[in-house]
Amino acid sequence: MSDHDAFRAEIRAWLEENCPAEMREPARDEADVCWGGRNFQFKNAAQKTWLERCVAKGYTVPDWPQAYGGAGMSPAQAKIWREECARIGARPPLSSFGIWMLGPALLKFGTEEQKVHYLNQIARGEIRWCQGYSEPGSGSDLVSLQTFGEDKGDHWVVNGQKIWTSYADKADWIFCLVRTDKANKYQGISFLLFDMTTPGVTTKPIKLISGNSPFCETFFDNVVVPKHQIVGELNRGWDVAKYLLGHEREMISGAGGGDRLNAIGAVVARNGLEDPILRAELAQFDVDALAYACMGEKFLDEAKVGKAHPAQPNMMKYVGTELNKRRHELLMAAGGATALEWDSERTSGGTPSRSWLRTKANSIEGGTSEVMLNVVAKRILELPGA
Amino acid sequence: MPLYHTEDQAMLADTVTGFMADEGAIKQQLRHFRDMNCKDGFGHALWKQFAEMGLTGMLAAEADGGLAMGHVEAGIVLREIGRNLTPSPFLTTSVMGVTALSGGSDDLRGRWLPGVLAGESVLALAIDEGPKHRPERIACKAEKAGNGFRLQGRKAFVVHGASADAIIVAARTSGSDSDADGITLFAVPKDASGLSHESLRLVDSAMASNVTFDNVELDGDCVIGEVDGGRALLNKVINAGRIGAAAELTGVGQGAFDITTAYLKTRKQFGQLIGEFQALQHRAAHLYSELEIAEAAVIKAQQLLDGNSEKADLMVSVAKAKASKACNLSVREGVQMHGGVGMTDEYDIGLYMKRDRSLAEFMGDQYYHAERVAQLSGY
Repeated sequence: MSDHDAFRAEIRAWLEENCPAEMREPARDEADVCWGGRNFQFKNAAQKTWLERCVAKGYTVPDWPQAYGGAGMSPAQAKIWREECARIGARPPLSSFGIWMLGPALLKFGTEEQKVHYLNQIARGEIRWCQGYSEPGSGSDLVSLQTFGEDKGDHWVVNGQKIWTSYADKADWIFCLVRTDKANKYQGISFLLFDMTTPGVTTKPIKLISGNSPFCETFFDNVVVPKHQIVGELNRGWDVAKYLLGHEREMISGAGGGDRLNAIGAVVARNGLEDPILRAELAQFDVDALAYACMGEKFLDEAKVGKAHPAQPNMMKYVGTELNKRRHELLMAAGGATALEWDSERTSGGTPSRSWLRTKANSIEGGTSEVMLNVVAKRILELPGA
Repeated sequence: MPLYHTEDQAMLADTVTGFMADEGAIKQQLRHFRDMNCKDGFGHALWKQFAEMGLTGMLAAEADGGLAMGHVEAGIVLREIGRNLTPSPFLTTSVMGVTALSGGSDDLRGRWLPGVLAGESVLALAIDEGPKHRPERIACKAEKAGNGFRLQGRKAFVVHGASADAIIVAARTSGSDSDADGITLFAVPKDASGLSHESLRLVDSAMASNVTFDNVELDGDCVIGEVDGGRALLNKVINAGRIGAAAELTGVGQGAFDITTAYLKTRKQFGQLIGEFQALQHRAAHLYSELEIAEAAVIKAQQLLDGNSEKADLMVSVAKAKASKACNLSVREGVQMHGGVGMTDEYDIGLYMKRDRSLAEFMGDQYYHAERVAQLSGY
């Protein structure tokens, strides 16, 4: 038996013993996801147990070092962990922007003290983070952002406004891009961390076409941020942001797994599929989705050993989000009039239609499809003037 | 297993890339043999070189003098064949033919493999019977006659048929046309009496035959594997052909993409490089994405086939369908982005378009395989 076989057996046995039955089916909606944080209400005891057991073993962030709350798994071991979880349909014990986005940035740019402090909090699900990037006047052209931090010696005083801050109303802390030098566009931005309960921080949910409000406007009115809460160097926050955007794009692309990679034809067919043209479209979609799942796997394998092109997440983000939009168009078509229901019980409050509308943001948030294509053209294809 | 090449595979890729770019280039091979109206459609000298490199016997067992490699390795060769549009009998002979013979007796392998490994023999596959790939339906009949069989029927799209030393034929020995069982594979020598070819030049300058078997008498030792039980081996041969064609398609798509992006960086209109236009940049970036994804699907399917996974059938169809879609997009965009010169014979991009068309059809097009994905998924 190789080391990997032994490891797989160990993981399999542990999961068998410790993953509660209720946690072995996919999350149906937002309410099934464990986000953690100071104010998080567990949906049931199984969700809480599953989180606690994983935290104790470092399995919420299996490939982070043990000193920071992880399990110190190698890339190959982490892949085995994902495969074994997928095998029994185990849900992620914890989902958070801390794990997907801030964590990787801290691992690369944080001081040792920051890593020990913030990463452990993230791994245990104690602090829920949100991301302060976009502003009303700075969407695709993010680097034009205006939120300003005035230097006051041992702290900054931050004023400005962010928009599309996901779950800002539920988050405990924010990682935020703040201009600290007005004379320098790219090298005048710093990456700051602060508590959302700091005086001067207010949030206002934005109602979307889905009827839900996952995003907020976030306002900063003379918010005091101590100097030690900066990640990376002063005025070099754009480097951190770019690195982190790579992870965000990877997350949105679905490369790490998740149901947007699945084929859907078989699921739709269970409720009857009488239209041959729709069936053909589903088959074409399944070809693309199954092929894209291979791309996700290949990308992760290559990224772990430094073989992937650094701009590849932009391609993944573009394709993954366009695919997800197409997926929901087909699900709506297959659902017919039932899928139109907005608040009925049998659709769990309009899940098909609200999810369909939600996906339209996929190719806008975290960099639009058009921006992704620009990046691919410039950094991978090296086309002139791009 | 990670979805990238191992060190050994990467070394093989380096070697083959150089070899094919030097020896298999469009000018020396495809254009040369096309312009001389070669009856084989490929050069035997290059086929000999394949043998000297050890490529002809990649998939053969070590006991048979082969390298006992898998579809990942064969795919590395096919991708470079695709990139250079190199005419060669590698796919039919060394991939599909050798896979078929691997299910045959020692005698049968002893009869055909040494010539293949030496680059002296060519094998062809006679599976389909009409213009579309429909291996589920086999009407060509082989009836018992004395110690052997008598073969009667017609086969279509037999690539390299007229150049082949042996044609591997899927024939019906019992049951009706659409039965899964009752199939037997035969290795029919080229000089068999009653075997005739209608040899045709295809759009990509490759040669293929419509083959007629008119009461062809075959010895019992022409049978490959079990009588009536040949469907499983046939499926193996077909899968080898499908994933091989998919790998070659990724090479064709990549080759077309490379010359097209190079053109975008040199051609000027309106006082600027046309690659500066965002309309073209976005289309090129989209095409890049599709080609990358196709490549990922192909290596996944290759690994699953090599590992005898039960998921291999599904992923082979995903790979063939996706590679066909991506490569087709690549050659269409290639011609369009080249503009007028893309329509000329002088430029290579049109050759890529022709090769894509031919490979897309070989062993099932994207529609056939999308249908198969649906069926294998249970709808």
